[in-house]
Amino acid sequence: MTINNSLYYRTFQRDVYGMKMETKSTEYKTVVSDVLIIGAGGAGLRAAIEACDGGASVVIVSKSLLGKAHTVMAEGGIAASVADVDPKDNWEVHFSDTIREGVYMSDWRMVEILVKEAPKAVYELESYGALFDRTPDGKIMQRAFGAHTYKRLCHVGDKTGMELIRTLEDQVLHRDIKVMDELFITKIITKGNAVSGAFGLELRTGKFVVFQTKAIIMCSGGCGRLYKVTSNSWESTGDGVALAYNAGAVLRDMEMIQFHPTGMVYPPGVRGLLVTEGVRGEGGILLNSNGERFMLKYSPIKKELDARDVVARAIYAEIERGRGTKHGGVYLDISHMGAAFIHKKLPAMYTQFKEFAGVDITKEEMEVAPTVHYQMGGIRVDPESCKTNVKGLFAAGEVASGVHGANRLGGNSLADILVFGRRAGFSAAKYTKSAKHIYAVDEKAINEQIARVNSYASIKNPVNPYGLMERLRNAMSEHVGIIRDANGMQKALSTIKRIREKAGRVGVSGGLRFNPGLLVCLELDGMLIVAEAIIRSALERKESRGAHARSDFPKNNPNYAKNILCYKKNEEMELSMSPVPEMPDRLKKLVMT
Amino acid sequence: MDKVKISVFRQDPSVDKEGRYQDYEVPAEEGMVVLDAVHYIENNIDPTLSVRWNCKAARCGSCSAEINDFPRLMCKTRIDTLGSHIKVGPIRAYPLVKDLVTDVSHNFEIAKRIPAFKPKRGLKEPFTMNEMDVLRSQEFRKCIECFLCQDVCHVIREHTTNYVGPRHVVKVASLDMHPLDDLDRSGFLNSNAGLGYCNVTKCCQEVCPEHIKITDNAIIPEKERAVDGSYDPIFWLARKIKDTGRSKHEK
Ligand SMILES: Cc1cc2nc3c(=O)[nH]c(=O)nc-3n(C[C@H](O)[C@H](O)[C@H](O)COP(=O)(O)OP(=O)(O)OC[C@H]3O[C@@H](n4cnc5c(N)ncnc54)[C@H](O)[C@@H]3O)c2cc1C
Ligand code: SF4
Ligand code: SF4
Ligand code: FES
Repeated sequence: MTINNSLYYRTFQRDVYGMKMETKSTEYKTVVSDVLIIGAGGAGLRAAIEACDGGASVVIVSKSLLGKAHTVMAEGGIAASVADVDPKDNWEVHFSDTIREGVYMSDWRMVEILVKEAPKAVYELESYGALFDRTPDGKIMQRAFGAHTYKRLCHVGDKTGMELIRTLEDQVLHRDIKVMDELFITKIITKGNAVSGAFGLELRTGKFVVFQTKAIIMCSGGCGRLYKVTSNSWESTGDGVALAYNAGAVLRDMEMIQFHPTGMVYPPGVRGLLVTEGVRGEGGILLNSNGERFMLKYSPIKKELDARDVVARAIYAEIERGRGTKHGGVYLDISHMGAAFIHKKLPAMYTQFKEFAGVDITKEEMEVAPTVHYQMGGIRVDPESCKTNVKGLFAAGEVASGVHGANRLGGNSLADILVFGRRAGFSAAKYTKSAKHIYAVDEKAINEQIARVNSYASIKNPVNPYGLMERLRNAMSEHVGIIRDANGMQKALSTIKRIREKAGRVGVSGGLRFNPGLLVCLELDGMLIVAEAIIRSALERKESRGAHARSDFPKNNPNYAKNILCYKKNEEMELSMSPVPEMPDRLKKLVMT
Repeated sequence: MDKVKISVFRQDPSVDKEGRYQDYEVPAEEGMVVLDAVHYIENNIDPTLSVRWNCKAARCGSCSAEINDFPRLMCKTRIDTLGSHIKVGPIRAYPLVKDLVTDVSHNFEIAKRIPAFKPKRGLKEPFTMNEMDVLRSQEFRKCIECFLCQDVCHVIREHTTNYVGPRHVVKVASLDMHPLDDLDRSGFLNSNAGLGYCNVTKCCQEVCPEHIKITDNAIIPEKERAVDGSYDPIFWLARKIKDTGRSKHEK
């Protein structure tokens, strides 16, 4: 096919594009609303719907384009005990699975809410028009996933996240909700201990925006991009954790970073790209370079479908012991299930390997290795309402903590974002009714942000921000990875210190408008905070538990059955331990049996 | 190390009257895709190069571009399939923001106008649906909103009609073919969305990275239904009556 190239680039341009190049600006526009939602992934969109239906005026912003948020990449499914495939399943079993695999670090009440409300969340998506795969009798199809006792993941092939986003996006677009996408939030502004607004940069125009608002719901996702090899998308740089921390919010469990056992290893450009657990759920097996099914040795009962931390460490150990593949992975094989089955159940995986690696997974093995996948920790929230310790600041989704403890079960995150997205939206709307007045946004804070952004765009002889970001990523991957020790982590801390010294001089040319280098400058500050929180918390936890494994403290230590908190005090990062809330007896019983 | 030569479109409409293709050289790596090359330039040669991307896994539809004048995803197009001359430019159907980035926000304005999913009355929750019925709509739900089909469509490129474009017909089809949906949007497509301007050239279908049969399975059936509905009211009424009680798309 040929395309008619005689047409010129369209010259009609909306006025915003005709203006002069902005390398500096002191102007801003103000957007007023009851609720500002930061992030348009599953959590943010669900929160927006609920806050709007609760009578609040809602603005939702995201740094990527609407509909592109990281959630679109979710593959395997949503964990909910609708029991359409395994009638024995119920919320009690889901509860026990989640608490156990989280190694008793989860907030029991959050888990209880999650497992009880997840089925409703799935049905609600259907009432919004989502179409899940069906069982022969027309109910929702569910698949097996690591450490779930029953077949529990409601799914749409291996594109569940996309169905979720499209469905919610549609609901948002048909409501009176103001969407401002490609807008980067640089700061949450507070008055006393309460939220008064936020500052942002509109990427397409290079204009500053000040949000004046009663409540903010932080739904900004995770921080996988702190690492060199990750399944996460561009936007997962941990901004929300840093924004909330700077606003005074308490962080929890930051040391708990999930490594997904199976990421692609080859070719180099796609290293880290996720190979869904669905492959193992549908019957895929793991083999080392000697052709041995090594999971039989590490986990004779659950085998490939043991919890993620167990499988990831097994793969890591095989590779370390020289039984890895040429490109530093192990083999994952599903070809025995037959081509027709694979095309139906794992279409995206088939294309992914075919197109990126030239591998036909219906005939050949895949090469896989662990990849950074999820942050279990994050902002501490109240289980019922998702409020934080900062008045008017709520949080939901991957950016919040509490549900997943020391290890997240696959499928629990999509349930999490729907269930707690809804709750956050509901309580934020309710809060705005009682919070009568809206504070003026502090001029000084606004001017500081204007100066900060302008300085990146106008500094002479700037340091290249990409170089610093790469150093940070290398340090995190090398020293704060799947197996950690004090020595390495101290090295990573001093690298952070050195990067900070230079971070004051980063900058890029090219102005304020759609300038990816400028975003890296803006993200870097936050990434350093999040990295530091992860390392300090990990140093503090002198034991191995769930996803946190230390070679210098290889055993689990009951004295550390506590959450590590992290917050800002007198401009310094402080840590403290806090006992995990004790489960009531009625729930303890579920976990015992 | 081997080098790859690549020309990239550069224009900042606020300063440059016209765009130009600038040549760069980047180190070749096995399995490299166009987005890798663009990132190399951005990280090492010129950080002001604007590009939109997110997943780098062909799942989000952010990185649409014209690669050697053909609409494709940058993160899915391997360098080794392109020969020695590689040219990357923005998609032309939309106004340029800068370099490789265009303003596609108009699509969300259209999305707002498409009547949302409306479940049939009296349905009992949880819904039950036949697997075969679900499959038809699921084809259209694979759409990653890359807007490459919009880019290639000559009707959209010319910007002279009110045709909303193939992506949006796919969206309508995904709703119309939902087994439990209560609306028929073919009238909307025909009268408010300019479907009549589509002359079924099938170019859109050829560029779709998700291999959705846009023309065959969405546009043509919607056109047929629109024609039945708007030009032959008696046929339309008869079919409505006949259809009650079963999936309305089974003919
Ligand atoms: C490849 C992959 C597959 C997965 N599969 C599954 C699965 O099968 N099941 C499951 O349960 N989970 C899965 N997960 C995990 C799950 O997808 C995520 O945890 C979840 O989608 C997070 O959703 P969220 O709404 O919290 O945040 P995200 O979807 O990450 O959204 C974050 C939003 O915040 C915005 N944002 C961030 N920073 C800023 C800022 N500074 N200013 C403005 N906006 C900002 C972003 O633009 C974005 O809109 C998977 C993850 C990956 C990477
Ligand atoms: S078939 Fe119709 S929508 Fe598709 S490219 Fe041709 S004219 Fe455009
Ligand atoms: S229909 Fe295909 S080409 Fe068009 S936007 Fe969707 S995925 Fe892209
Ligand atoms: S970056 Fe997501 S489709 Fe290319």
